[in-house]
Amino acid sequence: MKLVEAIIKPFKLDEVKDALLEIGVQGMTVTEVKGFGRQKGHKETYRGTEYTIEFVPKVKLEVAVADSLVPRVIEAITRSAKTGSIGDGKIFVRDLSAAVRIRTGESGETAL
Amino acid sequence: MTQPRGCWNRSLPTMVLVLLGLLCWGSGVWAQGLQPLPDAPKIESGDTAWVLASTALVLAMVVPGLALFYGGQVRSKNVLGTMLHSLVILCLVSAIWVLFGYSLAFAPDKGGVVGGLDWVGLSGVGVDPYPKYGPTIPHQAFMLFQLMLAAFTPALIAGAFAERIRFSALLLFVALWSMFIYSPLAHWIWGGGWLGKMGVLDFAGGAVVHISSGAAGLACALALGHRRGYRTDYMAPHNLSLTLLGTGLLWFGWFGFNGGSARGANAVAIGAIVATHIAAATSALTWMVVEWMHRGKPTLLGMASGAVAGMATVTAGAGYVGPMGAVLFGLAGGALCYGAIVWKGKIGYDDALDVVGLHAVGGIIGMLATGLLASKGVNAAGADGLLFGNPAQFWTQAVAVCVTALFSFAGSYLILKMVDGLIGLRVSPEEETTGLDLSQHNERAYS
Repeated sequence: MKLVEAIIKPFKLDEVKDALLEIGVQGMTVTEVKGFGRQKGHKETYRGTEYTIEFVPKVKLEVAVADSLVPRVIEAITRSAKTGSIGDGKIFVRDLSAAVRIRTGESGETAL
Repeated sequence: MTQPRGCWNRSLPTMVLVLLGLLCWGSGVWAQGLQPLPDAPKIESGDTAWVLASTALVLAMVVPGLALFYGGQVRSKNVLGTMLHSLVILCLVSAIWVLFGYSLAFAPDKGGVVGGLDWVGLSGVGVDPYPKYGPTIPHQAFMLFQLMLAAFTPALIAGAFAERIRFSALLLFVALWSMFIYSPLAHWIWGGGWLGKMGVLDFAGGAVVHISSGAAGLACALALGHRRGYRTDYMAPHNLSLTLLGTGLLWFGWFGFNGGSARGANAVAIGAIVATHIAAATSALTWMVVEWMHRGKPTLLGMASGAVAGMATVTAGAGYVGPMGAVLFGLAGGALCYGAIVWKGKIGYDDALDVVGLHAVGGIIGMLATGLLASKGVNAAGADGLLFGNPAQFWTQAVAVCVTALFSFAGSYLILKMVDGLIGLRVSPEEETTGLDLSQHNERAYS
């Protein structure tokens, strides 16, 4: 099992969600986060005073999936979250050692 | 920064009570003024109604106009403190005006420098017209209209010391400033003092209101020092929708500010309102275009500032120039005030809400432009400016600009240093970080 973490542009969330549901992902967790990569921040100007906003609002999406699904998940997120301009985000994949469905007590891939 | 002196802080409420007591005593004298004289000049109901309406319009510029305009531009932890500045200045100056202020500004002249004490406590200021200040309106209507201008002016200064002044220090500063800076200035230009005798034209307060508050704002920014975290912390306005509401109310009230300065419902009042509206709109558009070109985006705060800059600019000339003159006031006000604010960023004094950039610069441009564009064809009681064949008027205006700016700056700086020694001007670093709302008033705007 893997946990796929994607940091994406907030306005792309709906498209990414639909793309993931299409390939058979059952659920996901979404968090509003702030951060920056090579995009750095942006500038706001209030009547001559300039502020550099280093941390840009983003959405972090977490999906736990079976190993076999990982390449398709990555492909779906990359396709649906892409705008082609700087700041589209990143995808991180990490190993998941266990998963439990609280209601039934099922564990492993059946709990996903 | 001087240590706060607790006892002074605590004795201030007592001082306010004493002031109010004096006010009650004053009102006894005031009742005598209500007896009409047999040969009184005739009161015109139309003129009186307009001046009364104008008085109420200017009131709305202070609270809630300025309160909203400034309140939206500070951080959310300071919004109540900032709005309260407008309210308390209105109330404090009203009391002072009735006690001494009006007399110092407008009572019969003493040597061209100050009004006498004849009208202290409004003694002798009744309903009969005082011909010099409006032959067709009750003297008290003029007094109350001028009270609103007197209250509006220090309320403008509040933008310069926003987010860091101790509340008690503000009360003392405003009380002294109103008596020793505003009243003499108003006397010099409007009350029969030496600048007025020189022929200075200042229709509704380009110098008396805007240059004086702007120069005082510069003194405040320098005497208080910059806010903690200036240029490192994020200090963006917390709610610009409030600022837009305030801008609208200022604009609305400015019709009374300039229109009411005609002291009647007459052709000069109409001309003043036409000029005010045109200058506000042109200046907002000018600001929008300049900022768009310079920074890449037109902004709400920019257009709101442009409108206020235009009105500050046209205040000096509103009753003396025609509509096309007003367009020039708007163009110059919008472009040059924008320049001043960009320039401030390079100099680095912390005039938090740009009192200098909008009001000192706007007032100076307005006074000088009046010296160029004034015309007797618009207002026979005025004078011709340089472009109408009277170059001397321009130099007269320039003298008034320098005198007002220097007097207000130096006087304000002196008062600020005194208040600093007595009470301490600034809140403590901890209080400043907490915000004025909680540290000064135990309240918060958004819970």
